[in-house]
Amino acid sequence: MQMNSEFRERQPIGVKNLSVALTQHGHTTWLPLVRKIKQQISTDPTLITEYPHILGIPEFTRRATQLALGKDSPAIVESRVFGIQTVGCTGAVCLGAELLRSCYCSSSSWSGPILLSSPCDDSLAGTFKAAGIEDVQYYRYWDAESNGVCVENMVHDLENAPEQCVVVLFASGHRPTGAELSQEDWKRVAEVMKRQLFAFFLMSAQGLCSGSLEQDAWPVRHCVSLGLELLCAQSFSHNFGLYGERVGHLLCVLKQNLLAVQSQAEKLVQTLWSCPPMEGARVVATVLSNPAHLVDCILISLALYTTVGKEPPLFKKITFFSCSLSAQQVDFLVQKKHIYLLPNGCLNVSAINSRNLDYVAESIHQALSSKL
Amino acid sequence: MSIFGEVPQAAPVAVFKLTADFREDQNPSKVNLGVGAYRTDEGQPWVLPVVRKVEKMIADDHSLNHEYLPILGLPEFRSSSSKIALGEDSPAIKDNRVGAVQCLGGTGALKIGAEFLRRWYNGTDNTKTPVYVSAPTWENHNAVFSNAGFEDIRPYKYWDAGKRGLDLEGFLGDLESAPDHSIFVLHACAHNPTGTDPTQDQWKQIADVMKRKSLFAFFDSAYQGFASGNLDKDAWAVRYFVSQGFELFCAQSFSKNFGLYNERVGNLTVVAKDQDNLNRVLSQMEKIVRITWSNPPSQGARLVAITLNTPELFAEWKDNVKTMADRVLLMRAQLKEKLKALGTPGTWEHITEQIGMFSFTGLNPKQVEYLVKEKHIYLMASGRINMCGLTTKNIDYVAESIHEAVTTVQ
Repeated sequence: MQMNSEFRERQPIGVKNLSVALTQHGHTTWLPLVRKIKQQISTDPTLITEYPHILGIPEFTRRATQLALGKDSPAIVESRVFGIQTVGCTGAVCLGAELLRSCYCSSSSWSGPILLSSPCDDSLAGTFKAAGIEDVQYYRYWDAESNGVCVENMVHDLENAPEQCVVVLFASGHRPTGAELSQEDWKRVAEVMKRQLFAFFLMSAQGLCSGSLEQDAWPVRHCVSLGLELLCAQSFSHNFGLYGERVGHLLCVLKQNLLAVQSQAEKLVQTLWSCPPMEGARVVATVLSNPAHLVDCILISLALYTTVGKEPPLFKKITFFSCSLSAQQVDFLVQKKHIYLLPNGCLNVSAINSRNLDYVAESIHQALSSKL
Repeated sequence: MSIFGEVPQAAPVAVFKLTADFREDQNPSKVNLGVGAYRTDEGQPWVLPVVRKVEKMIADDHSLNHEYLPILGLPEFRSSSSKIALGEDSPAIKDNRVGAVQCLGGTGALKIGAEFLRRWYNGTDNTKTPVYVSAPTWENHNAVFSNAGFEDIRPYKYWDAGKRGLDLEGFLGDLESAPDHSIFVLHACAHNPTGTDPTQDQWKQIADVMKRKSLFAFFDSAYQGFASGNLDKDAWAVRYFVSQGFELFCAQSFSKNFGLYNERVGNLTVVAKDQDNLNRVLSQMEKIVRITWSNPPSQGARLVAITLNTPELFAEWKDNVKTMADRVLLMRAQLKEKLKALGTPGTWEHITEQIGMFSFTGLNPKQVEYLVKEKHIYLMASGRINMCGLTTKNIDYVAESIHEAVTTVQ
């Protein structure tokens, strides 16, 4: 409270008007940073337009994998993970479904069952069925009475699921309810999964659900730490504002036989789209290689949701965004840039508006990139 | 124990393995005549000047939004692409019975078309409808249709190795003996891998049989403009079939003629009997797209749409395309001349009779192996070469090496 009043009394220096992040009709254009990167790409004489690798840009898949699992993930350290650049999250789910059908428990094709949450988007069932997995069942998730997740029901249904069932879990940002499990709940779910159930995570807006990249990915990381194999479909539509570019990623964490599974994935990709589109992935790879850029993107995406008033269908209204700033960086922002935030580096997103967004984003960028 | 523990290693795709081997080869004289992408006379990839221009326009355009495209894709891309295939004055377009789906490259267009046909053609979910692909054909055709659920994929006679040309009799024979309503995958121009196209007269004969037996024409058009340098000429076969009243699909790729291999720009053009049929077909295709990639990527489609719909840019693009086609034609002419001058046994007329990126040289597997291992010239085991891999600097070496292979290896 004290911070907010202090802010109200002082005018931030160098406030810039946001250069058309929001148009009159409420459509959003590219985030300023994204536009900058796109302009760089369009004028880079060394960039060529050749066929990319079947599985996508290596730098992109490497960074997307790190983003999901954390740089020091045991799966990464032990080389038990590979990633595939896909055409959006839908493409990742489609490819994952095909991969499961052709590989899972293979001597012959496995064809189910797959367990989806109740409720869930009906295109999800359609995707699995189209891949040849006809046996689609549901576990109870949303409980209308308590207006939230009933984890008892969920755990019960998973415990009674047939062995070698594949379970689709939402790491964060459940569609369509937006209802989440707590970390304690996830621990219980993971214990059940350990008994011969296979996790297929969907993570469509990492960073935007809780306001923390790490927290939104926690369920996936926890399962990996338990030694589970899993698939994870990621989308970069919301958190990078790259909807039209279809930037998705399918993460595969295995115990063994990585190269063989990778080779089968390549075969499948060739029957879907041969190789993925470059533009969006190039932008994301550039952003992910620079921590300051990443914060910039997430922050602005968050703010856009609150300022535009678009009620995101997947996630609750975020109030605080944690920027992982050090004490010196926080101090810099408060003293030098007149941006008031909590000592732990959490920023009140609802205080950002179209007039100060540019300034806030650039200031945080400065704080993160300069040696303080 | 991993649930993926029993998964077998898939064989690498031949053409990519070839390029990988080429990359590892340290020999300074090495030549890559394998993968199908355009190269300049310096042996470099070429970003079309018009593409660079439009890319910059897009990045600087503040009015463009980043929203999802419609499921069927960017409308101005779809309509202008279909116009390119069928002609500005196409009667079918005027009759409002042409529609399209923006897809992920030519592969994506084949995929959506195949998935639709498996679900709704010749009954519902009829996986037994025979699908015919040319012998030989692009190696991915089989996999796309098979993955869409078709159980019966058969070859139709096409390449006559003896006379190094089209086996028209065999082709027509297979058309006659095919069950009615079978699907035939036809190469619109610049046949991959043989470079051998039917003449206009031969296309007429093919169309006759197909009409009589209600065979479905699924055109694969990946080289329009690139083959002869002329967009209309390269589209003759597709337009002829439309004029004969066929309902058909045409999977278009803009990878080669725009040099946009990396942005996956494709279009599935649908020609139906009337608008009502068209709408119902598109509505079902929309459902298939929704569960495959949801909606297509915007970058490449925007670029192509802006180019096709802006007269100066369109003219510049046609010019760029002609540049590529002309270089290929030059290399064809020069290779043939050099082989004739060397007195290399056999006939080499097919090199200039064939069209497009590829040539089926007629070299046998042993001769190919000799070229790869001894001369560091990389080509497909089938004897297919990519003419774009030839340059004024390496053409002598290649011609001499072919001469050696033919005279010393049987």
